[in-house]
Amino acid sequence: MSQRPALLLILLALPAGVVFLAFFLLPMARLVLIGASGEDGAAAYLSVLTTPRHLESMIATVLLSLAVTLAAVAVSTVAGVFLVRHRFPGRSTLVSLLTFPLAFPGVVIGFLVILLAGRQGLVGEVTKALTGDKMVFAYSMAGLFVGYLYFSIPRVILTVMAAAEKLDPSLEEAARSLGAPPWRVVADVILPALKPGLIASGAICFATSMGAFGTAFTLATNIDVLPMTIYTEFTLSANIAGAASLSVVLGLVTWAALALARNLSGSTVAAAG
Amino acid sequence: MRRGKLFHLQLAFTLAVCTFLIVPVILSVLAGVTVNYFQGLSSGLTLRWLGEVWALYSETIFLSLLIAVVCLAVNLMIGVPAAYVLARKGGRLARALEEIIVLPIAIPGLAIALALIVTYGGFRDFRTGWSFILVGHVLYTLPFMVRSVLAVLHSVNFRELEESAASLGASFVQRFRDVILPNVKPGILAGSLMTFTLSIGEFNLTWMLHTPVTKTLPVGLADSYASMRLEVASAYTLIFFVMIVPLLIAMQAMSRRR
Repeated sequence: MSQRPALLLILLALPAGVVFLAFFLLPMARLVLIGASGEDGAAAYLSVLTTPRHLESMIATVLLSLAVTLAAVAVSTVAGVFLVRHRFPGRSTLVSLLTFPLAFPGVVIGFLVILLAGRQGLVGEVTKALTGDKMVFAYSMAGLFVGYLYFSIPRVILTVMAAAEKLDPSLEEAARSLGAPPWRVVADVILPALKPGLIASGAICFATSMGAFGTAFTLATNIDVLPMTIYTEFTLSANIAGAASLSVVLGLVTWAALALARNLSGSTVAAAG
Repeated sequence: MRRGKLFHLQLAFTLAVCTFLIVPVILSVLAGVTVNYFQGLSSGLTLRWLGEVWALYSETIFLSLLIAVVCLAVNLMIGVPAAYVLARKGGRLARALEEIIVLPIAIPGLAIALALIVTYGGFRDFRTGWSFILVGHVLYTLPFMVRSVLAVLHSVNFRELEESAASLGASFVQRFRDVILPNVKPGILAGSLMTFTLSIGEFNLTWMLHTPVTKTLPVGLADSYASMRLEVASAYTLIFFVMIVPLLIAMQAMSRRR
């Protein structure tokens, strides 16, 4: 092609480039610098390991995210594979219902958890009627776990269903005709074939849970997950350098998880919320 | 295939998952139109709470719509051309650029918002206006638009189409307008729906970027969850559902057609 299109291409890409440079790359670079501008200098980046409060919050967040990831992947694999395998009346409605909470933001999910397991929640009413004791767990790690699970299931189900549709049924038939019991077919044929998709969606789920803010914000400001810690450092303690360094560390963790997912699967799904 | 015990077990499990997802939504909708949620439905149905929400929070709804429309417009103006350039260039550089463009999805909104605040917080007029929120939304949604358009560009053989148009004497502008755009329309549509929906529901960035006079719908929701009675908060959530569910249905319909 001639010279002019090359110039045109640059002109076409320029607006996005400028917006990105000015409002993302530059601010992120500044955030990294500010993270190192506190009393401790660049050592602030180690505070997530050296400050007990930050370390606890990091460990709690990682454990919570791992638990959510395992639960979401397990639940979604069973439901997703089932929905791909079988055709029955109402199936497409079921798929729509399972995926429609996809665009609910974390704040709204927090509220839904309160309606489910809060002081006036459904679980409380039911347990009170059954046992006399009101079960309330919305405003704790358990509530956060339920909220993140709610957030993750629609996303993971979509990925699992996409992967399950590509499975080759003849492999299973071969295994079955060779006398393999159903659980062996699952363990030796279905799961290995789904593995890349499961790892990818699991990593996305993990990254989203690590960085999520809205649900914790709605449920209780004293749940010590890393995004809440960053928020408190920034707003209550006015510790801007501390908040900056922690959020850079958090960003690195989520980015690494997603980069891993992309390498393993070749695709990424929305990590919204 | 014979439908034995296993089928029914799996069906029951899937229905249970579905119940977990849907029941809280139903609770929320009911609470929004019930006179007194704690007494239950027997206290009667009312639109009073919706009226209260409208009186208190209608501005947040309009601001969210405004930001979503402008965010979509910006995405169309800068995202679609950028996607075209990335597809046209190809190679390592384009892939590296694509990696950078999708970074705002991988990095928590809280971190991006902090970065924007420490960099531009000093520009008072900018900081206190809704354009500050818009910037956050554009960053967060741009990857989805670019990805969506790129995916379609990769699937249609746009180079050949363009070359044949060029051999017929079409200028670059003509080719872009009459060949490229119509061909990537599904990608632009899908990306637009995604962008609009994400912008309406965005909270992580917006909570940090908003000011008392620039409250969006999700910010208002968080506000009502913290300070309003359950019925009002539910009625507000109901309004949010009414706005977001048609968009979701449209998205599902589009992905099914593809």
